[in-house]
This record gives sequence, structure tokens and C-alpha cells, in this order.
Amino acid sequence: MLQMSNIYKTFNAGTVNEKTALRNLSLTLEDGDFVTVIGGNGAGKSTMLNAIAGTWPVDQGSIVIDGEDVTKLPDYKRAKYLGRVFQDPMTGTAATMEIEENLALALRRGQNRTLRIGIKDKERQQYREMLATLGLGLEDRMTSKVGLLSGGQRQALTLLMATLKKPKLLLLDEHTAALDPKTAAKVLETTDLIVNRDHLTTLMITHNMKDAIAHGNRLIMMMSGRIILDIRGEEKKKLTVSDLLHKFEEESGEEFASDKAILG
Amino acid sequence: MDISSLFVAMPGAVAQGLIWGIMAIGVYITFRILDIADLSVDGTMCTGAAVCIIMMQAGANVWVALLAATIVGMIVGLATGIFHTVMGIPAILAGILTQLGLWGVNLKIMGKSNQAINVDKYDLLVSLRYVKNAILDKNTIVVVVLFILVIIAVLYWFFGTELGSSIRATGCNEMMARAQGINTNFNKVLGLMISNGMVALASALLGQYQGFADINMGKGAIVIGLAAVIIGEAIFGKVFKNFATKLLAVALGGVIYFIVLQIVIWLGVDTNLLKLFQALVVAVFLAVPYWKRRYFTKPKKIEE
Repeated sequence: MLQMSNIYKTFNAGTVNEKTALRNLSLTLEDGDFVTVIGGNGAGKSTMLNAIAGTWPVDQGSIVIDGEDVTKLPDYKRAKYLGRVFQDPMTGTAATMEIEENLALALRRGQNRTLRIGIKDKERQQYREMLATLGLGLEDRMTSKVGLLSGGQRQALTLLMATLKKPKLLLLDEHTAALDPKTAAKVLETTDLIVNRDHLTTLMITHNMKDAIAHGNRLIMMMSGRIILDIRGEEKKKLTVSDLLHKFEEESGEEFASDKAILG
Repeated sequence: MDISSLFVAMPGAVAQGLIWGIMAIGVYITFRILDIADLSVDGTMCTGAAVCIIMMQAGANVWVALLAATIVGMIVGLATGIFHTVMGIPAILAGILTQLGLWGVNLKIMGKSNQAINVDKYDLLVSLRYVKNAILDKNTIVVVVLFILVIIAVLYWFFGTELGSSIRATGCNEMMARAQGINTNFNKVLGLMISNGMVALASALLGQYQGFADINMGKGAIVIGLAAVIIGEAIFGKVFKNFATKLLAVALGGVIYFIVLQIVIWLGVDTNLLKLFQALVVAVFLAVPYWKRRYFTKPKKIEE
């Protein structure tokens, strides 16, 4: 479903702030893979997601989504294949627009925007049913402005928007990091539900090792713009946090520094 | 001071305010929907009148002249849009560049700095002459109100379509819009074109109304447009929530602005200082939301 081959990306090349964020990164995802991504700050996790999404062009390498080479496409054209949820709940939705208007924008992802009416009546029924599955009572507030919602509600809505039109690949960039633990758990639960139901190929970045182990069928660990660990299948199912820490030290030769990642 | 002289001047102020109301609706599209302060309108507010009057002098039908003025206005928006998106120039600067360039274009269109059109010789749609003692369907106030109602209806429809919604999303949250596959640069250009088209239309009407186009007629137009937007929101914001009524509030904001201006003139304020007065009024209105947040939000105390 996704083939990233030999990707390089350097920011601020030629200045004192030069930083090579991705170094010969290659990753292939099979159809239906749910991959969790962990790694320290500056490991290149978000950069990898942005490279796939096309936030900026990569310096070298190629990105193929479902057989189509998207390396040279700008972000809004790649959006046809991608569903995205960001870390900041403010990023994924339009605050001054209504809940149903946001959903209607998402339903038309990858289509030409025409002069047809923005929301058809029959869509509303679909939205109501989908919002009801979130269990947040949003189905009764469809004409409320999104700006009135809490961070957790907005993030759940963004998740719904990202998957409303089935994406080839779902990109989740620490989408629960800004939420309180209870809301985060709820949003993660919804994520699992939607990903399993629609059989979505998913890349999920998380700071939390427990979450990384508990979710998905494959786990990758990144460091210095490379993938240093790739665990899948039965091996992943048996994985524990201490295994991960041990492997991290083995691969990198240093201790894992973040308490947050260990204690979650 | 004779209060009756104020009353005599009122219909004129209302007519002028309504025409500027159309202009202000154009400003609303960029300033509120796209979140861009587009300064090219200072030039467009002359271009529309210049095109309209020169074409009518050459024998064109008034409707054809209005349409041509609107299209030229849209081309102005296209220029600002290209400066901003293709060339990456900040929106404010892009508008200033267009405005500066238009000075020359406007002079070229008119051939000199002022072109008059005689209401007796040409079949004008609106005029100073038609404000009082004009039959209903010729009355400038009625004509301009009809224009505004049609414009609001069209914009209400447009911003409810898929394309119109995507323009609103572009102005609200660009990251989100792009993640939903929306070409935000295209939408910004389109929004600027619609906005400047409306401003040019208002300019063409204003040129007919006052009977001439002048190279200076757009000076400070953005400030008047912003004033109308802000006054309309401040006065009607609590009542008018729907998009169509919000646009109506902006048009009414233009009327209120010109009524206030008329009162100020009647009070005998030095007319040379009017621009200063305008700038200060807009500055204060722009400051109100900030002051409200900063000084008038009471800290909420929870007693337990």
C-alpha cells in the first residue's frame, strides 16, 4: 500500500541549523497494516509522516501509494489517498464552520469542488449515524460551530473526517498526546474501532510505549531519521515495555531517556 | 445649526452608504472569510468607475459598462492573487503593489485624472439627481437596495456550494483545508477576484452616482470598507447570525457610517480632517474586541 524508498530530507541545508531529519529511510506497508511508530524527540517520526503527506518535497527517494508515484505531488493532491489526524486538536478542523460542514468538506476529499450544494440532505443522515458511533452526543449538535467543542471532541471529529472517505493510508501524528488520559483512551478506542472496521492501512505515531505495544500488528522504532527496529506478527504480540527498552539500548548504544515514554 | 439641513442631506448619505455597502461586502469576503486584508481595493475603487464611465462615453450600454467594470475588477483581484500565491508576497504587500500599479492603469484608462459623465446625456442607473423627487423604479436608493439584495442572494448561494465552502475552510484553517485536498492557493485567488469584482461594481455605481470618475476616489477606500464591516458587526452582530443577514449587516454598516459622517460634517468639523476622523474611528472599532478581552473579561471566581 505504501512504499517509501531511500528517502532523504535535510532542513536548513547549508546553514548552521542544518538538520538531516530523514536518512535513507525505506518503509513498505502491506494492505491493512496497522503500524505504531515510536522514537525519541527529533527521531524523524513526524518528518516521516509529513514526507508521506507532501508537506514539502523530499530531497531524494520515492514515495509510492497504492501503485502511484506521489513523490512530486503537492500535499493537497496527495490528500486524495490520505486521512490525517494531527497532534494539535485545532489543526484538523475548521473552527468557524459547523460540524456537518466540516464533515461535508471531508466527504469530498480528493474530488473537484463544484457549484453543487455543499451538503445534501441525505448526507446528514449518514453524518448523524457516524457521529453517534463516537458516543459523544455530537449527533445532536450537527449545526454547532466546531470551535465550541473540547479538544477530545474535536480530535474524535477529525478522526471521523479522516476516515469518512476511506483513505488508502491513515496518518495519525500523536493524535492523543494533547488530550487528558481518559479522553486519550477513548479516542484511541475509537481509532481501533474505525481502523478494524474499515480495514485501514495505518501509521500511528505515539509517545507511549504501552500504546505502541497494545495497538496494531507491527511496531517500528526510529532514531536519527532511520528505522532501527521493525517488529511484527507473533513477536510483536509478545513484546513488553522492558523488551523495547532493552532493544533500544542494544540498537542505539544509549539509554532511553524519556520517562513519559516509559511510564505513559 | 439648522437641523433641517441635516435632514435634507440624509437621503444622499443613505444612497452613498448603500453603494459603499456593496464595496464593504467585497471587503468582508477577503477580510473576514479569507482572513486577508486586501489593500488593492483602494485602486479598484477607482478602476471600476473609470472603466464604466469611459465605456459609456464611448456609447456602451450601462449594463455592459457595469459588467465590464466588474470583470476588470476581477482581473485586479487575479493580479493581487498571483502576487500573493505564485510569487509568495505577503497579502498586505501584494495589495499595496497592485494598488500602486493601478494608479498608472487608472490614469491610462481615463486619459486624464478626471472624467465626467452628464446625467442628462446618458442613461445612468443611479445618480445624485435620482435620490429625491424620483419615481420609485428610478430612485437610486431603491435601485441600489435591489443590487444589494441580489448580490447577497448570489453570495449566499455561492458560499453554500462545495466550492464556496472550500473557500471558507481555506480562510479558517489552511492546514485542514489542504489535508482535505483543497487547493488553497487557487481558492485565495478566486476569493480575491470575487472581492475585487464587487468593489469595482460598487465603484462603477459610485462613478455614475457622483457623475464622474476621479483618480483619487479610491483613496482610503479600504478604511471605509473596514469601518462598514466592523460597524455592521458591532451593531447587528448579536441579532444577525445567518450568513445572508451578516452580509446585510455589513451593507447597513456602510449606511450608518455615511450617516455619522454627514452628522460630523453638519456639526461643522473641518472637512480637511475627515480622513483623520475616519482612521481614528476604524482604529477604535478594531481595538474594541482586543480591549474587551484584555480589560473587561472578569476573572471567574468559583466559590467552594
